[in-house]
Amino acid sequence: MPKSLFDKIWEAHVVKTVGDLSVFYIDRHLIHEVTSPQAFDEIEARGLPLFRQQQIIATADHNVPTLNQHLPIQEPLSRSQVDKLTENCAKYGVELYGLGHERQGIVHVIGPELGLTQPGMTIVCGDSHTSTHGAFGAIAFGIGTSQVAQVMASQCLLIDRPKRMRISVDGDLRPGVGAKDLILYVIAQLGTGGGTGYFVEYAGSAVRSLSMEGRMTVCNMSIEMGARGGMIAPDQTTFDYLQGRPYAPQGEQWEQAVAYWQTLYSEEGAEFEAEHHFDAAHITPMITYGTNPGMGIPLGGTIPLDVVPSEAAGFSKSLEYMGLTPGESLLGKPIDYVFIGSCTNSRIEDLRTVAAYVQGKHKAPHVEAIIVPGSKQVEKQAKEEGLDRILADAGFTLREPGCSACLAMNEDKIPAGAYCVSTSNRNFEGRQGPGARTLLASPLVAAIAAVEGKISAVPAYNELELAG
Amino acid sequence: MEKFQILRSTAVPLPNENVDTDQIIPARFLKATTREGFGENLFRDWRYAADGQPKPDFVLNNPRFSGRILVAGQNFGCGSSREHAAWAIFDAGFKVVVSSYFADIFRGNALNNGLLPLQVSEEVLQRLLAQIEQDPQTELVVDLPAQTLSVPVWEESIPFAIDAYKKECLLNGYDDIDFLVSQKEAIAAYETSRPWTY
Repeated sequence: MPKSLFDKIWEAHVVKTVGDLSVFYIDRHLIHEVTSPQAFDEIEARGLPLFRQQQIIATADHNVPTLNQHLPIQEPLSRSQVDKLTENCAKYGVELYGLGHERQGIVHVIGPELGLTQPGMTIVCGDSHTSTHGAFGAIAFGIGTSQVAQVMASQCLLIDRPKRMRISVDGDLRPGVGAKDLILYVIAQLGTGGGTGYFVEYAGSAVRSLSMEGRMTVCNMSIEMGARGGMIAPDQTTFDYLQGRPYAPQGEQWEQAVAYWQTLYSEEGAEFEAEHHFDAAHITPMITYGTNPGMGIPLGGTIPLDVVPSEAAGFSKSLEYMGLTPGESLLGKPIDYVFIGSCTNSRIEDLRTVAAYVQGKHKAPHVEAIIVPGSKQVEKQAKEEGLDRILADAGFTLREPGCSACLAMNEDKIPAGAYCVSTSNRNFEGRQGPGARTLLASPLVAAIAAVEGKISAVPAYNELELAG
Repeated sequence: MEKFQILRSTAVPLPNENVDTDQIIPARFLKATTREGFGENLFRDWRYAADGQPKPDFVLNNPRFSGRILVAGQNFGCGSSREHAAWAIFDAGFKVVVSSYFADIFRGNALNNGLLPLQVSEEVLQRLLAQIEQDPQTELVVDLPAQTLSVPVWEESIPFAIDAYKKECLLNGYDDIDFLVSQKEAIAAYETSRPWTY
């Protein structure tokens, strides 16, 4: 029976089965300050040790300020949560990339950056965007805090096996269209619940042509269509990215690892419970208009006039929240904020894209532009490449790493009623602050909006349209 | 974990679809380091205005509706993995959420906290919502041992599915962690048997 990429990794990690459930082994467990304290408490209350504490890696990201990180965190509850993580890691011997560490950053940015994320692994974290790590050909998914405690206590979870879905995107992405547009397009096609119960493999030539950072953007948003996770078979792009990173295998072990990783692909005829095919040429720059990530349209398109009757109430409520009307085009819509950051789009290629566009230009005076690198390493590299100066000249401030305005948990929030073009992953009501109105888009679309002061077309894409 | 056997209760209707965990409990209320007290901020921004005044049009503020069963639109609990969402619903007094489907992580989190995610067909869900809206005193009976949701006024009993192991856990108040810790020898043996280890 031909096996899929998912089958191979899943089956290699089943310790035993219990009815329809599996005792499923976890190679790497990433933790952060928000979803771990109650898990540490549970371990302590039960008098249990950490079963494999060397397989746990911690960072502080959700609560951290993105300005003046060298000063104590001002907000008392955020400070206490970060302090609690530091205490717990010290007490249990867990490696912590905390505030002030040269490798601190968003958990889903530093995992790959450190080479902790490798093909064939199982990776969990108490965070739904753990799907990001699937870009390396790993089974990676978000878990709840009770499960965080289970992995701490046993390095395993008791879970059911999800169904398999393959999403193939073939052909060449057009100029001005990137990984973020690709995944927003797929989610708009399948809907915000379209992947529920499934684990997705992304395939096809358009996916293969993406860099590792682009692949991470795609896998990151798998959860936004309800999928347990998303993954891409490892290839030379993956191996080139990993080689030489701090936790990557070295020497002879590297050779052995690559030989194994090369066996991780879906065989011809492998079974998938669902398959979808898309043509890359149909994908345009995208933007969302509503309050779930499935409510996306081409940047030059219009908001639908109506939806199926069963969804009408939600559609109206959503547009009312957003202050938008059916049939409206978003082009020319004035905006107030631009947020470039989050585990979806805060890596060096994202910053380079923004800097390349804004070089020699300036943001519109009424727009506040927040740009937050995903890690200290991204921040360092941006400075080495001089991106910070280009951004500063254009009126952007390069901040310090953290989850920032993606989730309104720290100091960075979007005010009620304000429109924010955001490179993050969720446009839920209140996600960026109570009453905030989020329009999800790529770093390029966000950079253009910051300069123009309104939602504007992507020149590279539109020139092509005119020529065609 | 609290045991669950049979629950007889009126229900609260929330017909909204795709209710995400940011609505159930916004991130700014996730800063506690314990599991208690999240119920007061359940559906915070739908339930209260910015000045803290209850919004009269939200169902939890409507005196017509009460009960320990929340009946909600499809794809309930999507978005963030925050278990605080399940804690908040349970802490606010609910023991069952009925929907036509649940987001995967939320479903798991609910089951790990004695909160039953009860899946029915979209047709049954719409009939239930209409029934509760029409008569808020309608009683529902959730019988976990029999795996049925009964609506006495309909004289109808609707079967529901649940994993056999998870059912045992709920009936007896067992946590997965107890079981997993009991498997340590098998887990350690698995570790040594792996041809490739990281």
